[in-house]
Amino acid sequence: MGSTNSTLLKIPNVEVLMQETGFSPAHIIRLHDRFKALDKEGRGHLCPHDFGAIKELAMNPIGDRIIGAFFSPGKETVDFHTFVKILAHFRPVDKDRPKEPNSPEPINSRSNKLKFAFQLYDQDKDGKISRDELLQVLRAMLGMQVTDEQLESIADRTIQEADLDRDDAISFEEFRKSLEKINIDHKMSIRFLR
Amino acid sequence: MASSVYLCLLRAVFLVCFVNPLIQGLSEDESVFQNPHHQQEENLTGLPIVTFKWHHVETPYLVIIWVFVAGLAKLSVVELNHHVISVVPESGLLIILGFILGGIVWGADRAQTFKLLPPTFFYYLLPQIILDASYFMPNKLFFSNLGAILIYAIFGTCWNAATVGLSLWGCYEAGVMGNLDIGLLQFLLFGSLIAAVDPVAVIAVFEEVHVNEVLFILVFGESLLNDGVTVVLYNVFDAFVALGGPRIDAAEIFKGIFSFVVVAFGGSFLGIGFAILLSLLTRCTKHIQIIEAGFVFVVGYLAYLTAEMLSLSAILSITFCGICCQKYVNANMDEKSVTTVRHAMKLLANGSETMIFLFLGVTAIDTEIWVWNTGFILLTLLFVFIYRIIGTFLFTWMLNKFRLVPIEVIDQVVMSYGGLRGAVAYGLAALLDEDKIPEKNLMISTTLIVVYFTVILQGITMKPLVQWLKVKRAAHSDLKLIEKLNNRAFDHILAAVEDICGRIGDNWWTRGWNRFEENYISWLLMKPKARKNRDYLFSIFHKLNLEDAINYVSEVRAQTGVIYCTILSFVWFSQLAFVSFNNKVCNTFTYNQGRYSDCNAIHLKDTIPSVSLDIHGQDRKNAMDDINAHHLLQQHLYRSRKHHRHKYSRSHFSINQNEDEVQEIFQRTMRSRLESFKSTKMGVNPAKKITKHHKKELTHKVMPNGHPDGTEVEGLCVFLPHLIEAGIENPVFLPDMDSPTHSPPWLMETEAVAPSQRAQRRLPWTPNRLRRLAPMRISTCSTDSFLMADVSLTLEEHEEHSQTDHVEM
Repeated sequence: MGSTNSTLLKIPNVEVLMQETGFSPAHIIRLHDRFKALDKEGRGHLCPHDFGAIKELAMNPIGDRIIGAFFSPGKETVDFHTFVKILAHFRPVDKDRPKEPNSPEPINSRSNKLKFAFQLYDQDKDGKISRDELLQVLRAMLGMQVTDEQLESIADRTIQEADLDRDDAISFEEFRKSLEKINIDHKMSIRFLR
Repeated sequence: MASSVYLCLLRAVFLVCFVNPLIQGLSEDESVFQNPHHQQEENLTGLPIVTFKWHHVETPYLVIIWVFVAGLAKLSVVELNHHVISVVPESGLLIILGFILGGIVWGADRAQTFKLLPPTFFYYLLPQIILDASYFMPNKLFFSNLGAILIYAIFGTCWNAATVGLSLWGCYEAGVMGNLDIGLLQFLLFGSLIAAVDPVAVIAVFEEVHVNEVLFILVFGESLLNDGVTVVLYNVFDAFVALGGPRIDAAEIFKGIFSFVVVAFGGSFLGIGFAILLSLLTRCTKHIQIIEAGFVFVVGYLAYLTAEMLSLSAILSITFCGICCQKYVNANMDEKSVTTVRHAMKLLANGSETMIFLFLGVTAIDTEIWVWNTGFILLTLLFVFIYRIIGTFLFTWMLNKFRLVPIEVIDQVVMSYGGLRGAVAYGLAALLDEDKIPEKNLMISTTLIVVYFTVILQGITMKPLVQWLKVKRAAHSDLKLIEKLNNRAFDHILAAVEDICGRIGDNWWTRGWNRFEENYISWLLMKPKARKNRDYLFSIFHKLNLEDAINYVSEVRAQTGVIYCTILSFVWFSQLAFVSFNNKVCNTFTYNQGRYSDCNAIHLKDTIPSVSLDIHGQDRKNAMDDINAHHLLQQHLYRSRKHHRHKYSRSHFSINQNEDEVQEIFQRTMRSRLESFKSTKMGVNPAKKITKHHKKELTHKVMPNGHPDGTEVEGLCVFLPHLIEAGIENPVFLPDMDSPTHSPPWLMETEAVAPSQRAQRRLPWTPNRLRRLAPMRISTCSTDSFLMADVSLTLEEHEEHSQTDHVEM
């Protein structure tokens, strides 16, 4: 216990972090260890190269996008706080959370999880997934056998299904609505982050 | 309908007319046939042209006739299910058919000559089903849920056995069952044999219902692993009954518990030992590939019988043999042998299952075994049902405290309802010793009734129940496109985040095991060729990348003087060495070549349409169907790491295309990273050139490279260009880029085009060339490596070299 306390103290603003994200001290410490392990040069922040060093990410079709999600637009580095906050999206949802009227939504709420996923598609951050952005995602996730025309038609159909206000783009609300049937809590949660 | 009725009639006629007179003749005139030679000598008046040699072929003939009848039965049952409603599961229908057949035989014989004898069942019918189940077991799913499965198998079965036995005893003491010659120990023995969930029945019923994977693996895994407990409990209580009540003290009970450890773990390790033997065998059968497939069955069966001989758990033994040998056997054996094994296994398993259910029905029609005791039978049914429900909910409640994805109430209901008893219980009941257990027939009758109840009644109601409760099903065929896409995206996201977090705790063991397995176990058990093919590609790729990195860095340093980035690029590329794949180079190469050349043919034809996209825009929309789009998505979405073959089915299996996808993803990601790395360091100008080359690649795709070379290395080098195919870069790291647009080749700069055609036509491979890897590595054009793209110097240099090389050749 003593060691954990001392490690916790080394991390700046750790109480604020724990409150915002809902992680327990043990989790924070483990994430901190992971952060340090990734940060090979010990600079205190991570660059895209550090993420690139994770071998399995290279085999993930949208791995690069996910790496990109860690970096706020314009910033080249991720510090520990941002790292933890992004990972907090994947905490399993607290079923027994009391619904206080004025408190901000926790990071791992269903809607915030959806927002995270939405931002992966919406690279230019205009609040809508345009046809081009969807095409890019499709291209990344589909095999080489799919020709471009087929890709385009899939994208068109997808937008048609989800696009309710006929602006040829998927807004966040439309995105949320189209995924009503999917159990987001399950699909975007990781056990050990509980 | 007509055909199935016709078949039934045919079989009935067949049996009545042909088999029965034989049997009757056999039983009546036994003396005549006792000494055929003698008889012939005595009564021989002339040369017999044809004689009726029934006695010679009796046993095998009867066996084959029954196998034939079973086949016809299965055929008619399936036809019935197709043309009439499929309400009753096939297993239930087979039992009913067995009733009919048993009735026919009994009617002819007044005795049940064809019973399901325990030795037949345990030695000839059961092993292949278990082997089939374990050979096709989705290992990842199984092992990730192993904790839950073990809890259900061990504690669940013990709970069932204890509660059913004790409750029945309690009721007996209360006098509900009238006068029976049973003691507490016998009740416990009965409890232990009726407690076990049966794998055969579970497969038979659940296969038609298609529940979600986790639920299925929990019930199915439990049914497989509980054999360890069942065997132990059965033997322990059997021995206790033989010993008698007074002689049981703490030492005996302790021995009983210890025997569980020995039996269960002994059986498992024996199975693993045989799996190692099998893998080593298949490793050595390079020159006699025709018999390799046989080894799987022979060694599997050996595992079963050896465990049986040593009184260990035979089912556990064959289960672990199948589970552990899957990977190595499939890697070592020739493709055709693998296919042979798969088909043969499905065939044998199907046949055995049919026969088991058929005989379960036939055996019922026998006046000798039926003893009716209302209290006993009804109470057994009740307790079996209730305690299954209570036990399931109890253990799930405990488990849910530790699971990420709690098992939902609906799944628990299905799990408790899916606790089917089957032929194993009957086999164990039939094995009881009549002298020690006077009420054996009562127990057999009760077991049969429980089996029929669970298989037929619960089987019939399982599907409606699942639908009514809206259990999460396996196939989501009515998802919209966007849902499908997002589902897959979420899988990828989760996999990526887990990797980023390093899967703290959870996956450390898995990764450690994987590393251990790759380095030591595969070295021992896999053919060197198969092992090499796993990671050869990427050691080469890695080497090439490193050399490229070296070259690039030496050029760049002159330009920008950035040494830092060179170190980073080394680090980056060195990580690639870890990646390894499981495919055979040659097979993949031919497969890829076939696929890509088809693609190329299409793309060359489509070059013009794909260029003038805008013109054909409207036509496209009308042409493509909604179904088509769904189908495409279904077919071509990359599977995430979690999405392996999860479905276990008795009747079909799918081919794993994972390896090719992973290659594609990998090279595409690497490509995009290279581009982004360059672009961020080199500024806008070179980036534009990259785009151009990409555009060109998009339209060209890969030029067919028709060198089906014999040697592996040459094949590799030809294959590599295919590996690093045209990919659309991921613009995450290219903030300055527009999204790639197509432009026809004739609009490109000629210098970009010409070398590509040259390079593509002849992909020269000489030892010298190998050093100059960059131009050869990139598929279509020598100008296409990132070296070329950036620095004009390098461009000319390489062109020069390529020209000289061509001259040399």
